[in-house]
Amino acid sequence: MIPEFEKFKGFSAKNLPKEEPLAPGHRACQGCGEVLALRMVMKALGKNVIVCSATGCMEIISSPYPHTAWRVPWIHIAFENAAAVASGVESARKVLRRKGKIPKRHVDIMAVGGDGATGDIGLQWISGAMERGHDFLYVCLDNEAYMNTGVQRSGCTPYGAMTTTSPPGKQSFGQVTWKKNVPAIMAAHGIPYVATASPAYFIDLMNKVKKAALVKGPAYVHIYSPCPTGWGSAGERSVEISKLAVDTKVFPLYEVIEGRYFLSRKITKPKPVEEYLKLQRRFRHLDEEHIAYIQRRLDADYEKLVKLSEMA
Amino acid sequence: MGKRIGVEVSIAIADAVKLARAEVIPAYPITPQTHIVEHLAEIVANGELDAEYIPVESEHAAMSACCGAVAAGARVFTSSSSQGLSLMSEILYIPSTMRLPMVMVVANRAMSAPISIWNDHQDIMVQRDIGWIQTFAENGQEAVDLVLHAFRVAEDRRVSLPMIVNIDGFTLSHVIEPIELPTQEEVDAYIPPFKPKRKLDPRKPVTMGPVGIPEVYTEAKVAHDHAIKNSRKVILKAWKEFADHFGREYHPVESYKAEGADTILVTMGSISETAMTAIDKMRDEGRNVGLVRIRLWRPFPAQEFRAATKHAKVLAVVDRCLPPGAVCGPVGAELRSIFYKIPGAPKIFSFVAGLGGRDVTVERFEEIIDKAEQYSKRRPKELYEVIGVREK
Repeated sequence: MIPEFEKFKGFSAKNLPKEEPLAPGHRACQGCGEVLALRMVMKALGKNVIVCSATGCMEIISSPYPHTAWRVPWIHIAFENAAAVASGVESARKVLRRKGKIPKRHVDIMAVGGDGATGDIGLQWISGAMERGHDFLYVCLDNEAYMNTGVQRSGCTPYGAMTTTSPPGKQSFGQVTWKKNVPAIMAAHGIPYVATASPAYFIDLMNKVKKAALVKGPAYVHIYSPCPTGWGSAGERSVEISKLAVDTKVFPLYEVIEGRYFLSRKITKPKPVEEYLKLQRRFRHLDEEHIAYIQRRLDADYEKLVKLSEMA
Repeated sequence: MGKRIGVEVSIAIADAVKLARAEVIPAYPITPQTHIVEHLAEIVANGELDAEYIPVESEHAAMSACCGAVAAGARVFTSSSSQGLSLMSEILYIPSTMRLPMVMVVANRAMSAPISIWNDHQDIMVQRDIGWIQTFAENGQEAVDLVLHAFRVAEDRRVSLPMIVNIDGFTLSHVIEPIELPTQEEVDAYIPPFKPKRKLDPRKPVTMGPVGIPEVYTEAKVAHDHAIKNSRKVILKAWKEFADHFGREYHPVESYKAEGADTILVTMGSISETAMTAIDKMRDEGRNVGLVRIRLWRPFPAQEFRAATKHAKVLAVVDRCLPPGAVCGPVGAELRSIFYKIPGAPKIFSFVAGLGGRDVTVERFEEIIDKAEQYSKRRPKELYEVIGVREK
């Protein structure tokens, strides 16, 4: 087990930090599940952190100069390279600490990006930083498409979903590919800590982020982030949809600690995926056959995950 | 003063970076820059330099890590070339407007296609407008001196801009020259410790790299333009102090037998050494010719260049870059522009030579000067001419 985890007792409803390192007043859409997740990430990390942001929704809504929602040091360079920027920050602090130019105490370094910045365009940069073993955490806020540019499909867009570049038509039913398993790619780097999280289970989310920050070396947290604007869902149902994603096996919650899988929430009485799909306009065009296929594949994927966790 | 020894220019550059006490070195290998980053890796591995060497997975990541490291308060160096420099291109514009100082040596190399590892200036000319201060070295000693100068200028709070020192790939990077490396004490006296105005620090949070809405974008770019224009004073002063410390003088442009010359050859980089030989030969033959070499490319030293070529009737400008479809090479275009509508301005003729490692010999320089003088009497059909093209 990871020694750094022993000191950490975990967050609970009783000891939630009051601090808001991400200030209110930013410009996210109503009901945005991504900024909700980011707020919890920042609550878990506190103010002793340097944030390296990818270009994307969370970057533009939080930093329209001369305003900023960031009460912690924050840097944005470009879209695909937040992990490389974090590599530079981490290395600089390492040498500056060694040379006595900055205080010895540890400061967390987080890189954060959306699913496009993480699983598509930025995959190489993250892979490089993970492989080199920098002491940082990478948080992916996955809203399952390029929302900032107007809802275009990404590698993380789920099967069947309608986006502006995977439109259903006479020859198509929407996204034709299955969601890319980015957490598995990260786990394949042999890094000490990988986890998936959901804003519906916010204490679990915060504990995972905190663990990712505590662990020495690279860590990765993949967070489900509902996007009412892009998904055609009701803003007030973002948390409900997040919960359903877990209960229907669409987005299982687990940790990969030193290569071993642990299910955070075992789904013993799964709900049919249809309940999840019907709350979102992006899936409205799917017929029974597609839904049946999605159900079969989700069941199979979940079974694999359970098997992996049984090996732990 | 250090000893003058025979050493490969790349090795000497790496030693200069060590003397400048670089703290973070993100680097990705590309020919012909490799010897610089290899030697730096060795220096760090041996504990001769207390630095973090980041063996990144691409040049794009190298430049990204450079940005993060400077923002966190470290002195940063990297080096690249050609395709690698172009891969960085997206990021290169960012540290300059964000005022993140760092030093990069570019071992100039041709751009693909066809793929070529050999020298010309096409790689840097496509990065002309990234807003970095840029100098061109002629020889190994100058390369080393310009690297030290670059750290001093870039990190000066009045400047706070990234800087590129261009060295010709192979013809400079891989040759062994007699080079004098200063001592650590001398370099420490010339380059003060890096003290950035702001850095990423939880004790004093700052937001770096925010969104520039239309109401502020123009102002951000104008502030950058002012910064690089105003850097001129610091660049000159740092060269003056360099002469005081190390005894070698540098100026934005360098003249060789140009005083009173009717025809002046204009070059950048290491071909200027051969150009000087050509000038000597033609002078011996009674021709009134000279050479002006541009050392400072950005900010462009218009004033100094005009002064250096004040009495000339003809300028023969040699570009090491062929921008297809353009009116001429970038140096030629720059010079035509600074002399536009200036009374008594010299006639400017643009030549392109030495692409992809093609040797530019003394004879070629003679040909360029001869042609420029002919064209001054009878206007050429084209706005530029590529020299030394094989007919079959």
